[in-house]
Amino acid sequence: MTEKLKVEGLYKVYGERPEEAMRLIREGADPDTIREQTGQVAAVIDASFKVDEGEIFTIMGLSGSGKSTLVRCLNRLIEPTRGKIILDGQDILQHSKSEMRATRRRKISMVFQNFALLPHKTVFDNVQLGLSLRGESREHCEKAATDALAQVGLSGWSDRYPDDLSGGMKQRVGLARALASDPDILLMDEPFSALDPLIRDELQRELLKLQREIKKTIIFITHDFQEAVKLSDHLAVMRDGRFVQVGTPQDIVFRPFDTYVKNFSREMDRGRVLTAAMLADAFETVRVAPTARAADAAAALDAAGRPFALVETPSGAVQGYVGRSDLSRTGGTVSDAMNDLSAKLASDEIVGNAYDRFQPNRPVAVVTPDQRVTGLVTADDVLGFLAGKTMPDLRLVAERAPVHAPTPAYQEANP
Amino acid sequence: MMDRVPQEYVFPLDDYIQTGVHWVVDEWRPFFQALRWPIAKVLDVTLDSLVFMPFWGVVAVLLVLGWRLADIRAGITAALSFTVIAFLGLWDEAMISLSILITSVVFCVIVGVPLGILAGRSNMFWAFLRPILDTMQTTPSFVYLVPVVMLFGIGTVPGVIATIIFSMPPIIRLTNLGLRQVPADAIEAGEAFGATEWQTLVRIRMPMAMPSIMAGLNQTLLMALVMSVIISMIGAEGLGLTVLRGIGALDVGLAGIGGLSIVLIAISLDRITQGLGQPRKSAGDRKGFIGRIGRAAQLRRSAA
Repeated sequence: MTEKLKVEGLYKVYGERPEEAMRLIREGADPDTIREQTGQVAAVIDASFKVDEGEIFTIMGLSGSGKSTLVRCLNRLIEPTRGKIILDGQDILQHSKSEMRATRRRKISMVFQNFALLPHKTVFDNVQLGLSLRGESREHCEKAATDALAQVGLSGWSDRYPDDLSGGMKQRVGLARALASDPDILLMDEPFSALDPLIRDELQRELLKLQREIKKTIIFITHDFQEAVKLSDHLAVMRDGRFVQVGTPQDIVFRPFDTYVKNFSREMDRGRVLTAAMLADAFETVRVAPTARAADAAAALDAAGRPFALVETPSGAVQGYVGRSDLSRTGGTVSDAMNDLSAKLASDEIVGNAYDRFQPNRPVAVVTPDQRVTGLVTADDVLGFLAGKTMPDLRLVAERAPVHAPTPAYQEANP
Repeated sequence: MMDRVPQEYVFPLDDYIQTGVHWVVDEWRPFFQALRWPIAKVLDVTLDSLVFMPFWGVVAVLLVLGWRLADIRAGITAALSFTVIAFLGLWDEAMISLSILITSVVFCVIVGVPLGILAGRSNMFWAFLRPILDTMQTTPSFVYLVPVVMLFGIGTVPGVIATIIFSMPPIIRLTNLGLRQVPADAIEAGEAFGATEWQTLVRIRMPMAMPSIMAGLNQTLLMALVMSVIISMIGAEGLGLTVLRGIGALDVGLAGIGGLSIVLIAISLDRITQGLGQPRKSAGDRKGFIGRIGRAAQLRRSAA
């Protein structure tokens, strides 16, 4: 994974005298105090993050948290007060007006919450807006627009006008318009928030499907935590202009930085975030050889407090599994009591999408892409994990997802 | 009792105005004469081409124009109205009035739309322009005639100049308004895709302001029609002069048919230009008359 976009210490203060506000921010004041004392509005405070090529990075926050300002800073529709935005190794805040225009035409495009389509142009002309603005040839415009419309499933609608379309279709046009100019980065500012839940769900799924083909770098803004968790590779939770926590959806749900972050996931189905690998990591896997004595295997299981053991040869070839009760019925070796291992979960699979593979009194094997079995888990394990009985010590993706170092003011306000 | 200001205290503004206007007339005569030239040219060309056509030719043009720009009903209304005028025996006068109108509206658009665009883009310019427009619109139409006669003389061309000044404000105002009403998100979208200021103006702001600008054009046209009657008092020809002569000679019949013709022209042009303000949305309509013919021809060719 190569790093596509890096934002360092980005600030945006609205008002005539940002320097005063910046001084107060350094002293640790919160946005309310700053507004009272200086009349300046600190919308984004010290935002830093990295986005890898081809990933969906979500900035999640409630209204007024500064997320829409932040995303507009990334293409300089709003001019940041301070900071660096490094795209492909270049700080775009150093760009001249015309360089910035070129960047917007080729590298960064945007999808808007309220669609922002031009009512006087057909769907087709709306989609080729970016291309025609940068002066592409007619053939190229038409080809790219046709392709983009096909990608969003609106091929037959070229000659219609935006007013003829439903909200979901309008946003498909918005997406096609952003894709048509073949940008590296797609900024999506609450693209699905104005849609009704069923359409929203449909578009989310289609975006994920499309993303598997196009592999764009997407910065996605939303106030909907479920949406953020569903779509993101990494997400940032934003509050009062600051990032509270940056991490994978798993980090945010299972290792929340504080109660503010925790509260977002309280109502959600945590199984929809839980990966098989996390589950495998959380519980010890007892491995026994097929030639081992049944009594020894039973003792090992009792010591670990596990109901099933993985049977594998010393060279690591998996043969099957044995249950604790099977072992007590036999006096011989493990192989006498062994069962076939049929239920499997890929380690990056979401457990919540695979509940049907869990059978009573049978384990499910967690298998890595290179066919190693890393764990043997049961329905009881899943329930226990989701109930929070076992809080695993998740390995942090250290270089990218540090639990965001909070500022002193933030800690005081949120002990 | 002193119920009047003594004569020696009366402020002689009238004298000053007279002196001022005389000075302007003497010193700036070449400038104002130069202003007359393009207007006279456009007026001549318009009138010549209208008079060159037979009356049914003009009627046919109006029928098609009304149909294409608005709908078939507008076309028929205009065609019928002008046929009636022709049979009232006022065709030449009506063509003069029509050319005065066309000339005035052309110059109102040439001058008014750019002013409206500037006003729509700059609050300072709008603050400067607004009181001028207010004054122009509240000044009684008669009052325009005085300085126009002083600066340009009498006749049809000075009349057109008075008409242009009188009917310009609506198109400036509604161009300004239309530009200001363009939703911010549409402009933001343009910017996000790398539009320059000029591209934003031409591809986003102006098209989206077009219904408003067209409403301004319609109002400007109707105001020009009002003024085209009044300018008969400074010697402009046309239907206004017919009415004026009718009144002067106490010939109610002549004044009546003159007035009727003016009303018919007003209705025709209003219907046609109102169609301009309606944005056409669905694909079929947009192609319009010519498009439909083209498509039919295409179908026939592909079938053959």
